[in-house]
Amino acid sequence: MTANFRLPVGGRVNRDEALRFSLDGRPMLGYRGDTLASALLANGVHQVATSIKYGRPRGIMAAGVEDASALVQIEEPFPEPMMSATTVELYDGLIARGLPGQGRLADRPDPARYDAKHVHCDVVVVGAGPAGLVAALTSARSGARVVLVDDQNQAGGALLGSDEYFDDLGSPAAWVHEVLAELRATPGVLVLERTTAFGAYDDGFLLALQRRTDHLGAAAPKDVARQRIWRIRAKQTVIATGAHERPVVFADNDRPGIMLAGAARTYLHRYGVLPGRRIVVFTTNDSAYTAAIELAETGVDVPMLLDARAVPPEGLVAECAARGIEVRAGHAVTGTEGREHITDVHIAPLAGTGHPDTIMCDTLLVSGGWNPVVHLFSQLRGALRYAPELGAFVPGEELPDVQVVGSAAGALDLASCVRQGGEAGRAASEAAGFTRPAPVPLPTSDARVAEAAAMVLWQVPEGAEPTADTRFVDLQRDATVSDVLRATGAGLRSLEHIKRYTTIGTAHDQGKTSGMIAAGIVAEALGVKIAEQRPTTFRPPYTSVPFAALAGRDRGELHDPVRITAMHSWHVAQGALFEDVGQWKRPWYYPRPGEDMADAVLRECRAARESVALMDGSTLGKIDVQGQDSGEFLDMLYTNMMSNLKVGRIRYGVMCGVDGMVIDDGTVIRLAEDRFLVTTTTGNAAKILEWMEEWLQTEWPHLRVFLTSVTEHWATVPLVGPRSRDVLASLAPELDVSNEAFGFMSWRDTVLDVTGGVAARVCRISFSGELAYEINVNAWHGRALWEALMAAGEPYGITPYGTETMHVLRAEKGYPIIGQDTDGTVTPQDLGMSWAVSKKKPDFIGKRSFARSENNRPDRKQLVGLLPANPATVLPEGAQIIESAHLPEPPVRMLGHVTSSYASAALDRGFALAVVRSGRDRIGETLYVPVADDVVPVTVTDSVLFDKEGTRRDG
Amino acid sequence: MQLISCPWCGPREEVEFHYGGQAHVAYPDDPAALSDEDWARFVFFRDNPSGPFAERWSHAAGCRRWFNAIRDTRSHELLDVYRMDEAQPARTGTS
Amino acid sequence: MTAETTSGSSPLGAWTARLAELAPAVRVTERPFLTQLTLRVRDAQAQAAIGPALGVELPSTPCSFTRGTGPHGELEVLWLGPDEYLVLARPGVQQSLEDAIRAALGDAAGAVVDVSAQRTTLALSGPRVRDVLAHGCAIDLHPSAAPTGTCVQTLLAQAGIVLLVSDAGRDEFTLLVRSSFASYLAAWLIDASVEYRMVPA
Repeated sequence: MTANFRLPVGGRVNRDEALRFSLDGRPMLGYRGDTLASALLANGVHQVATSIKYGRPRGIMAAGVEDASALVQIEEPFPEPMMSATTVELYDGLIARGLPGQGRLADRPDPARYDAKHVHCDVVVVGAGPAGLVAALTSARSGARVVLVDDQNQAGGALLGSDEYFDDLGSPAAWVHEVLAELRATPGVLVLERTTAFGAYDDGFLLALQRRTDHLGAAAPKDVARQRIWRIRAKQTVIATGAHERPVVFADNDRPGIMLAGAARTYLHRYGVLPGRRIVVFTTNDSAYTAAIELAETGVDVPMLLDARAVPPEGLVAECAARGIEVRAGHAVTGTEGREHITDVHIAPLAGTGHPDTIMCDTLLVSGGWNPVVHLFSQLRGALRYAPELGAFVPGEELPDVQVVGSAAGALDLASCVRQGGEAGRAASEAAGFTRPAPVPLPTSDARVAEAAAMVLWQVPEGAEPTADTRFVDLQRDATVSDVLRATGAGLRSLEHIKRYTTIGTAHDQGKTSGMIAAGIVAEALGVKIAEQRPTTFRPPYTSVPFAALAGRDRGELHDPVRITAMHSWHVAQGALFEDVGQWKRPWYYPRPGEDMADAVLRECRAARESVALMDGSTLGKIDVQGQDSGEFLDMLYTNMMSNLKVGRIRYGVMCGVDGMVIDDGTVIRLAEDRFLVTTTTGNAAKILEWMEEWLQTEWPHLRVFLTSVTEHWATVPLVGPRSRDVLASLAPELDVSNEAFGFMSWRDTVLDVTGGVAARVCRISFSGELAYEINVNAWHGRALWEALMAAGEPYGITPYGTETMHVLRAEKGYPIIGQDTDGTVTPQDLGMSWAVSKKKPDFIGKRSFARSENNRPDRKQLVGLLPANPATVLPEGAQIIESAHLPEPPVRMLGHVTSSYASAALDRGFALAVVRSGRDRIGETLYVPVADDVVPVTVTDSVLFDKEGTRRDG
Repeated sequence: MQLISCPWCGPREEVEFHYGGQAHVAYPDDPAALSDEDWARFVFFRDNPSGPFAERWSHAAGCRRWFNAIRDTRSHELLDVYRMDEAQPARTGTS
Repeated sequence: MTAETTSGSSPLGAWTARLAELAPAVRVTERPFLTQLTLRVRDAQAQAAIGPALGVELPSTPCSFTRGTGPHGELEVLWLGPDEYLVLARPGVQQSLEDAIRAALGDAAGAVVDVSAQRTTLALSGPRVRDVLAHGCAIDLHPSAAPTGTCVQTLLAQAGIVLLVSDAGRDEFTLLVRSSFASYLAAWLIDASVEYRMVPA
């Protein structure tokens, strides 16, 4: 049975568009323009949820983001947890469920699109209430670029919840419409509705979440981003975010049917919905009188208004009397009855004459005053000041390029709000350089003005402390006055500590209605002034923001850039599996039908060792080093000497940090007297270029050296194996590939017989220990080169190989991978590379550290090989190495760990590289590697396990 | 998102920049002449003031130039930026 | 080694049709195989000497580019740093252009590097081009903030780019992206254009 609380006329809902929805399986109807909350109230539904700790029925207490209790789980069209019924715009087919405290995430990927957009402006105005509208229009008329952000589906702010009349301009709606129309017609102005500014940051940066298609439900177009994060960069910021009404705490203040007085006005005027049929009002200030009077005027029974103040405002009392509303001054609500819905309120005098009474009602409206929405200002590290006349914190200092106006600054009447808005709009546009005067006529209204000062009342005092406290401070956390007193009783004094102890203000509403009250109750309990208490810090986000919105379009294939080489499409077509190396996709191995990874890698390794194989090495970092002082510069950067490298020759080089630890390695080829090309490891390319630039620009700017990244200019193919020379020769008719003419560690430029002649630089270097050539061509020809090599190598069974085979081949030769076999604590000497450390150079980066005693300890970890006793064993990388065959009691002395481990086709066994304390002195010893429940015996060997003499490479 | 003012390119979002630690820590003229302790001081020790701090930044995603900045470590406010060939601006007081 | 190269496979060759579908809201076309040389020169005199060789002065203000016609045809010279420029020229003039610059450079400290395949070049235009770029680029591209001749190195989504305002009034931009990021960037541009394809301005 659905009761009808919708007025026959009025409100800003479209009564021609009925929408079907349900809560907890109960089907109902609402209208386009409703929120879920207003539609529920129109159907007489107050209870929405049950509370998280005590399971108490909870209803709709507010009409906006400040609501702490009407939490729902959206089930259809797509599951979304923890939504406030007061902020969910109704759409057809909405299926919701009241939340017992916690929501449920969808178990399937969200099909909606999300995105982000940058926007730059001179002035951003947050809030399209009267103050914000005037500010935005004033700025816009000056010619400034303006962004106006508002979280509602229509501008107007507090005007949406009133029926006041603008003296000169007619209805507020007409005025809002006029202002908006002008704003929208002004070039350079962007009006963002349904957009919540949730974070304010340095340098005029504001993040806002726009709900673009949420209100369309299942009818939302699939290709339109459902939500958008606006990244707003403004020269000037005007915060006109209004104020949230706060309740007063009393026993059983959480029953459905208890609502903020201002919210009732919003439901009445914006949605044409009555919150109930018999309404009692309890207030500490004048604002709730208007609610009582307006509701009475619609024919609702408003038997009584309780004013906590001893002396109520005469004029308003007279207006009430004229409508049959009894005003009881100096009275408060002391308790309520009812379960799913309030049925009675208990009242009592706060002091003096009068007697307790019980009044029947179905709705209790409460107003404890107004909290300016100072969140964004506070996020900007603006200090807050306690305003005793409001019982609330207001902006307490001037921030550069930021203004707070209207109710957000504590002004609660229209005249002040629009005046401040106009002044702020002018000041902001002038500060942004727009001096053209552009006054906006300010509206004046017939709204009731406050007659008397408000009273600050956090809670209705109780005689004795109740055993089961139902005086809820934070409804969403089920935290009560007793919880606050327990905290202060335990000695806590700081609001930050009490917040964490009681959890008040930590729920998804972030204490919008409870934080100020908690501060007040704490101050009372401690007997201190609130002004002396530091308020808790407001942090972004102001309202909850879905992770999907923050991720935007950085999902799926766009989650992280995928870097590919010129040959990538070939690898894909050949069924390669890929390994991520930094952002690069590198072929990992190329399985043939029926092969697993081990089979494929053994086959690829055999091809490289026995015939010929090739890989895509284009990802190696490449830096062109040019200028007269290049040799001198490289001598400082590398541990070995580079200045004496002859043109046409190549040298392996190691780079260390100033601490003497290896940071990168690669080859250095000398192109000319004043020009080198150096390579870096794939993952370090950008870092090493920046490292080199740092030294060049900050320490040695006098050097005539210029660094240019050419990583992607070149496609690079290592051609590896005993038949590599034959393959190269068949493609390089002009190149003498003989060992005599083209020796190891030299390079030649030639023209390859590829698509009509492609210039190539061929480097005779080897990372596999085999005879090998690294062929470099302009990347436009990378794919053609690759295909030509495949064709030329066909007679030899040329085999493409991936990074796994590369790793095995180099590990068999004991070549370390920087970043895998090293971890930032390994010196060249630890790697057994003293040969790569110049003794001749007076200095280079890292040299001085090699003389430190720490770097000369005999028990440093050194790179060695490990051969498991059982040749079939492949040790896990990262495994620890110990001295005893049995795992001793902890602490266990670790000697080092396995850094690389593979099955080797060439060695016909498993093997590993490891860093081991005094490793080189232990060659021949047996050490032990705990693996799961086993302890595996291993023999320590030299790190070079294959072709120690290098005859294959030099062949 | 803070803006950092590159001396060449002007204000850009901080994601375009890389941090380079304390500025004006010159590489020693003759490292070999230093004691282990003095060398370790150069390698490992940096100031950590509460207040203005001269730092190196690189406009990594922009012009790739290293430059110096004075940053107030309490507020992250960049009080000055200056090129490598410019002297450190004199500052008085706490900011 | 600089080679005269005008053909092969460009990084976005396979994306031509997909990018063309973004029109008319955004027109995206790759300009493949352009000659691109990095030029490094510090000395003001040497900088001045190179202008005549190119037929266009080097840009003197940061974050700008110059355009002109010289012995090697139409050229654009991009400011990339206080002593760093990128010369864009028609395909196939890598060697002759490098020779000309080296001759003008003389003994002055400097460098010339062929980086033609390091980045690929996209021409972007259309009524929604600023909207699409604003989804991933934090630079203010309003004509008042980024007039014709602007050249910024920045990020678009998660890729580094060089962005030229080729003609602010005609909504024409030129974008350079490193070749390895080109397909990521193309995929991103297509995704960011989805809404504008449905509702052309």
